[in-house]
Amino acid sequence: MALTIPKETYSGKIYNVQLGSGAKAVTIGGASALPFLSFEGTFPNRPAVALEVADIAPDDWPETLKKAIGGVSANPVQWAKFCQEQGADIVALRLIGTHPDQQNKSPEEAAKVAADVAAAIDIPLVILGSGHAEKDTQVLQAVATATRGKNCAIGKAVEENYKTVAAAAMANDHKLIAMSQLDVNLAKQLNILLSQMGFDKERIIMDPMSSALGYGLEYTYSVMERIRQAALLQNDPMMQTPIVCDIGANVWKVKETMAPDAEAPEWGGLEDRARAWEVITASGMLAAGADLLIMRHPGAMAKTKELISELM
Amino acid sequence: MALSGVEIFKHLPKTNCKKCGHPTCLAFAMKLAAKQASLDACPDASEDAKKLLGAAAAPPIRAITLGTGDKAVKVGDEICLFRHEKKFFNPSVFAVAIKDTEAGDAAAKKIEAVKTSEIDRVGQKLRVEAIAVIETAGDPAKFAGVVKQVVDGAPGVPIILVSKNPAVIEAGISHCADKKPLIYAATAENAEAMAKIAKEKKASLVVAADGLDALAELSEKVKGLGVEDLVLDSGARKAKDMIEQYTIIRRAAIKKGFKPLGYPIISFVGRDDALSEAAAAAVGVMKYASIIILNNVEKWKMLALLSLRQNIYTDPQVPMQVAQNVYKVGDAKESSPLMITTNFSLSYFIVRGEVENSKVPSWLAVMDNEGLSVLTAWAAGKFTASKIAQFITESGVEKNISHKELIIPGYVAILSGSLEEKLPGWKITVGPREANGLPTFLKARA
Ligand code: B12
Ligand code: SF4
Repeated sequence: MALTIPKETYSGKIYNVQLGSGAKAVTIGGASALPFLSFEGTFPNRPAVALEVADIAPDDWPETLKKAIGGVSANPVQWAKFCQEQGADIVALRLIGTHPDQQNKSPEEAAKVAADVAAAIDIPLVILGSGHAEKDTQVLQAVATATRGKNCAIGKAVEENYKTVAAAAMANDHKLIAMSQLDVNLAKQLNILLSQMGFDKERIIMDPMSSALGYGLEYTYSVMERIRQAALLQNDPMMQTPIVCDIGANVWKVKETMAPDAEAPEWGGLEDRARAWEVITASGMLAAGADLLIMRHPGAMAKTKELISELM
Repeated sequence: MALSGVEIFKHLPKTNCKKCGHPTCLAFAMKLAAKQASLDACPDASEDAKKLLGAAAAPPIRAITLGTGDKAVKVGDEICLFRHEKKFFNPSVFAVAIKDTEAGDAAAKKIEAVKTSEIDRVGQKLRVEAIAVIETAGDPAKFAGVVKQVVDGAPGVPIILVSKNPAVIEAGISHCADKKPLIYAATAENAEAMAKIAKEKKASLVVAADGLDALAELSEKVKGLGVEDLVLDSGARKAKDMIEQYTIIRRAAIKKGFKPLGYPIISFVGRDDALSEAAAAAVGVMKYASIIILNNVEKWKMLALLSLRQNIYTDPQVPMQVAQNVYKVGDAKESSPLMITTNFSLSYFIVRGEVENSKVPSWLAVMDNEGLSVLTAWAAGKFTASKIAQFITESGVEKNISHKELIIPGYVAILSGSLEEKLPGWKITVGPREANGLPTFLKARA
């Protein structure tokens, strides 16, 4: 019995979304088959990895992580340059300091940080608010204006604030990150709402909501697999946006990335364990179809990029 | 994979004699395809048709058991390509590779690592299940020595014997013949000799070839030699080749019913760098590798890989959950604190673990929220003040405790006011948000 390679016929394709400009611009998306199956489709762009930078010193990040970043974390501009030197494809600036429960920094302060960071690097920039839906509308508005012309991705637009955030991205020629809550239909719904208000769907990067290894990873994994199947096999144009996975923020708050060796001897050394936690989480998201990963640990990023090379 | 009615029809007598109770052979074929009839009803069915339908009823990927006794593990017997379609059933087995050159201390360390690999995660016990002994020296006696060291050192742990030299396998298997080992591997060159050993010793056998065509051809040949418990190695070592080839194997078996590839897959992911090895193994876990051979099984690496495996192999339809109850943690007394959480296994075991860490004996009320986490249950309207109040009242916990104070998760602090209204006489205390804040919190109160 001879083997005939069972191939899928894909009718859809993921949109190409470019971030930044010039020689260091990064394009994500473009896949015409399920992840890494080159025998039945093409993958013009490799998944990109962004390293995260915070606008305020990240006091609540675990020690292992702070150590890996070195002494630059009090200064977002230095930190962003460091990420670039470390080989990140993209810098992801999270304006956590604007959160009312954090330092409640003003939109103007945020805009200045964003502009300074954008000026200091020549790789593309992703700019994330603090996750406070209401405050983010003002913050992202100011930030989008201040970085006009840089072709950033700003976000996250969520159900509660998508109109204002999308308008800010649109007015300043940025791309948009739109996040829904771990649900195929909600992800699609948000893209439809954005399209209906005139936002070009080919400028959206969808965030299906990430979770860490051991803490709900399988939910994100399966939601992503289903989104990709709808995009490629059912040719659903509202599902054909590239996918971003914001994993660092989830990974570096679980116990496995924090518990000292003495507290968990059966878990092995903290340093290796924590880095592995981020890499294995990343590997899960890549297998499920991530086009962009937002990570925190430079060493974990490097290892993830190695895996991506092996997969391409 | 099931056959279509039309495919079955091709193999029926096409006489429309109605003896099966159906008006036409085609109608009967349709019933067969829908599994609403049995071929026995047709007295004139050919041997060929019987064979075909029998084969179609067999699972698309053969189930293989490694080892015997309580440490035996089953792989294969999967029915879908994506976990959301149904679920993945038999988790990938992790095995550590011990080279014959590692005989003695190095081997002893790895054996010990396997024996102490068990971790408890979300109520499940997870571990490295098997050991692969690898021949590198071409010396049967040396190989057999390590096999013996493994059999004696890790009694009951399933063994994979790795050598392409039948004489070496012969020597090694003498120490584990009755333990259903897995032999690696039959190749185009040694198929007859390996099949003979596998048959004699009732061992399972890997067929290894470069590329899928050669692999399919070889597996048919070995099956023809009388060995049915086969495992496949297509030669994929790079992550890219693993995803592509394993996908083709799984698809061919499940969607096309292609029998020559309807077996579990074995994957060698050894890398010099331990984290690179972990990443490659992760790809194997997600993309259909049933047996994964690692060079080393460091604790941190296995914690990550076993957690991934647990995630991927959970049932996507039913979250892991525990029974609703008021659990006693430690030697809880009347005056001990009472806390509440949901019955999502992950939430329960994390909280319970931290309460245990605190060494403060406590009562932990676990409420049935259909296995949703605290915040998810709250957002879904299943962890509301009135539902919690009703649960606490009906649980009878009041008989066990001398106080009326309930500690709620910090993330649902918003419930405290309405809970005090719904539970008259009770004091509601807001605990920390993350469970890892519990030891400090509980100790400070004690
Ligand atoms: C996986 C997930 C799901 C899964 C369900 C998983 C499950 N079995 O519960 C699915 C996809 C089904 C889901 C659905 C929804 N989800 Co959801 N989900 C998540 C996610 C990513 C992880 C949840 C999780 O597993 N956490 C881990 C467990 C262990 O956490 P936990 O139970 O809260 O326990 C921790 C603490 O609370 C504390 N703790 C627990 N018990 C106790 C007890 C005491 C005494 C103390 C002191 C502490 C304590 O310790 C634990 C560890 O620190 C979170 C976001 C996130 N990253 O947290 C969103 C999240 C919980 N979901 C959310 C929402 C809104 C929903 C939906 C309503 C959205 C939708 N899709 O329609 C639905 C509702 C479900 C339904 N049936 O209608 C929101 C809730 C927002 C809010 N604050 O109200 C979240 C926070 C996402 C967000 N940021 O918006 N979700
Ligand atoms: S008994 Fe057999 S030959 Fe006769 S009609 Fe039924 S299927 Fe056809």
